[in-house]
Amino acid sequence: MKNLLLILVAFCFSISKVFAQDDLMKMLEDETKKDKKKEFATATFKTSRLINGHSIENAAAGVLDFKISHRFGMVNKGGYEMFGLDQATMRIGLDYGISNRLMVGVGRSTFQKQYDAFGKFKILRQSHGGKGSSPLSISAVSTVMLKTLKWEDPTRKNYYTSRLSFANQLIFARKFNEGFSLQLMPSFIHNNLVQGSTDPNDIFALGVGGRIKLTKRLSFNAEYYHVLPISVVEGEGYMIPGTKNSLALGFDIETGGHVFQLHFTNSTGMTERNFITETTGDFFKGDIHFGFNVSRVFTIKEKRKKK
Amino acid sequence: MDQFRITKQLKLMTMKKIIFLSFFAALAVLSNAQNVQMTKTGKISFYSRAKAIEKVEADNNEVSSMLNTQTGQFVFAVLIKGFHFSSALMEEHFNENYLESNKFPKSTFNGKISDLSAINFTKDGVYAITVDGDMTMHGVTKKVSTPGSITVKAGKIAAFSKFNVKLKDYNITVPSLVADKISEEIDVTVDCKYEPKS
Repeated sequence: MKNLLLILVAFCFSISKVFAQDDLMKMLEDETKKDKKKEFATATFKTSRLINGHSIENAAAGVLDFKISHRFGMVNKGGYEMFGLDQATMRIGLDYGISNRLMVGVGRSTFQKQYDAFGKFKILRQSHGGKGSSPLSISAVSTVMLKTLKWEDPTRKNYYTSRLSFANQLIFARKFNEGFSLQLMPSFIHNNLVQGSTDPNDIFALGVGGRIKLTKRLSFNAEYYHVLPISVVEGEGYMIPGTKNSLALGFDIETGGHVFQLHFTNSTGMTERNFITETTGDFFKGDIHFGFNVSRVFTIKEKRKKK
Repeated sequence: MDQFRITKQLKLMTMKKIIFLSFFAALAVLSNAQNVQMTKTGKISFYSRAKAIEKVEADNNEVSSMLNTQTGQFVFAVLIKGFHFSSALMEEHFNENYLESNKFPKSTFNGKISDLSAINFTKDGVYAITVDGDMTMHGVTKKVSTPGSITVKAGKIAAFSKFNVKLKDYNITVPSLVADKISEEIDVTVDCKYEPKS
């Protein structure tokens, strides 16, 4: 009986002791669980461009993103053209994050001597935990493009506005997990002037793109824009004759402050109008451009630290 | 008959004792709770000493910690996403590539003040301490022993500590390309002001 009593006493004390030990960590966990905050999905993609077009990402507030994009000629041009490496088209651009939701950018392309400017706004951000979390991120991008090639026919009356094109896109994106992100990009492009009388001025397209992360600093990306058979004006086609849908496959390589994007695409231009509506190459016949984008970010305005 | 009564009485006594002891044990737990000091706004900051153009440093002002002044138990829970850098990209890389905060969202420490008797929590002063325990970071748990100090001022308790963390110990790898920008050892500063837990 006495032995039993001793055991019981020891048991009681050991329980209280064990309980007290674990208790503190558990207590802390309970306390921190109480005020769980909403968490936004970050780094759905590595940079603000998927390949040719926009990804859901923005440059962060106060960050300047300097982008050089480059497309070589088509690889099926043979050895004489060094499989396309003899030709190149370029776009130099600067993006700036005004806030964590709003980014603006300008660029100049050698292709058609074109200027472009865009604004991109994060409408909704994917989040979990807390109130009002969202399974999706949604952004809107609006781009203005200005061709400055010499007029084809200077003798006729040419309007300045004829040089302008507009692109509006919505981007719906979801980061499913660390390794896989997907986005849909319904797009609308308006060209003020088109070549043929039955060429459409308004073109609708649906883009789909995604990435698979191969390692922490390397990912495989794919991007495809399908022009939709919607014509606004009766008798017009929905696609500019002779054009193809844009397909691009590539890799993102991240090294500190740089992101290198290496890819293969059938598109030559690097703005929405160019690759969505004016792609002439057939990817499956070898009309493929090797290309790269280099992104280098500079923190212009430091984030104010929370004190 | 008599013997039965005695046995019964003995049993009753034992029961009483057990109840009493259990009560006492429960009381011990309860009194432990009363000695718990807590903060949710503790500060942990770190910086990398490598000679880089851009300073690699971050602050976390949402550190949760509890200290039991009676047992000397000391616990910390730190959300990795709570570390904020002056550069957004650095913060992204810190979360994505180094600490992998989606996989390992929290870093914890569970330890004990080894020389608790040297501290008088009712008397103002600065007491040098050593804390031994398990630090978990990036999914790796390591036994650590860190020096620090406890400051008691007007009944308020504060803890301060400065120590090094070797990235290698916690399976955090720095690619050779940026090795000159991030040093292998990170200086960590802990600064917490406690309030009694209600």
